[in-house]
Amino acid sequence: MIQVTNLIKTFKDGETETKVLKGIDFRVENGQFIAIMGRSGAGKSTLLYQMSLLDEPTSGEIIIDSQHAHAMTGDQKTKFRLVNCGYVFQDYALLPELTAIENVVLPLLMQKIDKKTAYAKAQEALEKIKLGHRLKNIPSQLSGGEQQRVSIARAIANHPKILFADEPTANLDNESSKIVMEFFLQLHKEGQTIIMVTHEEQYAKLAQKIVKIDDGKIISITENKV
Amino acid sequence: MGSDYFASALLTPISRLFIFYQMLFSITDIKIGYFLATRQIKKASFWTTGLIVFVMVLTFLNLVVVSGILVGLIEGSIAAHHNQYTSDIMISSLDTKDYIENSASIVSILKTLPEIEQFSARFAKGVQLEANYQTKRETDKPNVASAQMIGINPQAENQITGLASHVVDGEYLTPYDYDKVLIGQFLLDQYLPVESPGFTTLKNVGVGTKIRIKLGDINREVTVKGILKSKVDSVSMGMYMIDSQVRELIGRQDNNVSQIAIKLKEGQDPLQVKSQLLLRGMDKLAKVQTYVDAQPKFLKDIITTFAILGNALSSIGLVVASITIFIVIFINALTRRKFIGILKGIGINGRAIEYSYIFQSMFYALLGSGIGLFVVYFGLVPLFAAHPIDFPFSDGILVAPLVETLIRVGLLVLATLIAGYIPARMIVRKNTLDSILGRN
Repeated sequence: MIQVTNLIKTFKDGETETKVLKGIDFRVENGQFIAIMGRSGAGKSTLLYQMSLLDEPTSGEIIIDSQHAHAMTGDQKTKFRLVNCGYVFQDYALLPELTAIENVVLPLLMQKIDKKTAYAKAQEALEKIKLGHRLKNIPSQLSGGEQQRVSIARAIANHPKILFADEPTANLDNESSKIVMEFFLQLHKEGQTIIMVTHEEQYAKLAQKIVKIDDGKIISITENKV
Repeated sequence: MGSDYFASALLTPISRLFIFYQMLFSITDIKIGYFLATRQIKKASFWTTGLIVFVMVLTFLNLVVVSGILVGLIEGSIAAHHNQYTSDIMISSLDTKDYIENSASIVSILKTLPEIEQFSARFAKGVQLEANYQTKRETDKPNVASAQMIGINPQAENQITGLASHVVDGEYLTPYDYDKVLIGQFLLDQYLPVESPGFTTLKNVGVGTKIRIKLGDINREVTVKGILKSKVDSVSMGMYMIDSQVRELIGRQDNNVSQIAIKLKEGQDPLQVKSQLLLRGMDKLAKVQTYVDAQPKFLKDIITTFAILGNALSSIGLVVASITIFIVIFINALTRRKFIGILKGIGINGRAIEYSYIFQSMFYALLGSGIGLFVVYFGLVPLFAAHPIDFPFSDGILVAPLVETLIRVGLLVLATLIAGYIPARMIVRKNTLDSILGRN
């Protein structure tokens, strides 16, 4: 499903060049739940951003759902992300002026799904994650855990092929983190491909495969017996 | 093969144009833009929205009111000239004559026309007025002023021009007054103190003062019965007297008058009545003009000048409004850069985000213009009509023709949309991930 070959990402700041990813080769199959781990600054989030088409690598190749990322225009990538990818960010990334259901329905409306169906799907996604009673609340009226669940509902509402999650539990308490991870496991059981960046080993262990990164390189890939 | 080649050559630009059109005006993008804009406006700070709308209202008022008052200043002057002097139609002597030939027959015709409500025939002659001649010493410079002597039937004139209402001191003329005059304020030093060699006024003249009319060798002593105050020069620089006495003074044996001011019945078209008069051959005897024709040329020139000036000032206002909206939207988009990045990240088209800012700009412009329209048509126009601005040479009103005002609304909305679109585009074009992470 995703094939990453010799992926290099360099950041430039004036004369200074920092190589964050130093030739990553990596493959994710359909339905896999992958955890990317590493210490702070190891390059795990950068790898996720390249794989999820949110950023452009300096060199290397990404083939996602049989399409070459480098051959896509900006608009094509946006459309690809809309249809095929779901995103869960560390800081939830909800739009503050939209209610929970409006945050979830927005990408569905963008996919030209009719309004009634889109709202029904959004409600279904929120109910699935046990937020059916918070549809009309704006993010500032929700707890951190609830906001992250809205963010997950937005990511999965239209059944994307891949769910990308960047430190989804980093800002949450234990209770909320557990709820989020249990939901990820449920999604995985339903066949959802998930790529999650985390620095918390206890949650990484829930994934099928742990990819450890250090200094821009993969240092190990471990299969978990879940 | 050749025809295929030409067909594909022709189709390519057309299909490209179609794709470009679809990209530019995708209904989904517009719907999403509207969706985002309405939510942002609803959740925006009341004071921020209020301030932006207030700026738009001021800009609208600047666009409409500045030029409206400039034009209204002259319109006020024109209206005064119409109401106080020419009335709807003015018949005056030909340039080669001192009087209207065969005035009696013209008057007879006027009496037969059903469109005419009333008319006032006037004798007019340039004279010199002298004051303080009783106390003047041999070596003193005479206190004189040039004036237009106008002979009127006081009742007819008052019905046509409301002349009696302009008497600010003393009393209006009655048909039985003998050697009594009304004198315009601009002929009197206490109302118009000027020291110009080409223009002199009478000093120490008020109601009851005796002054002398000098016409060639004729000197006639009259008493000032009233003083006229008007912003129409023809009135404020005139001296009014009973028609029969003026006729006698200027030595006219016939009944030929100099001017006839005609008031039409309500709803009658001056142009149509003028045509009727011309059809009867009146142009051979006199000049027949509607009140528009009879406007002094300098007024027409000033209207054009002020319209240009008003447009220039309005254009500056438009640029200021555009810059204001640009800054407001730019700051708004900049502070929301992270959310713009998130929207792009989750797959929302950049154009939909741009539309959301266009809709917001449109909201500010339309609300500002709407309030501005209300203020203009339900506040300022009636207010200025009831209480005109007291300019030195006219009672200024606010002129705001609806069509012109709507054109200005259109201009303001267009300028605002462009000013809102540019900063939104600038922010939307930034790298998605940099926006999400707040990187520069």
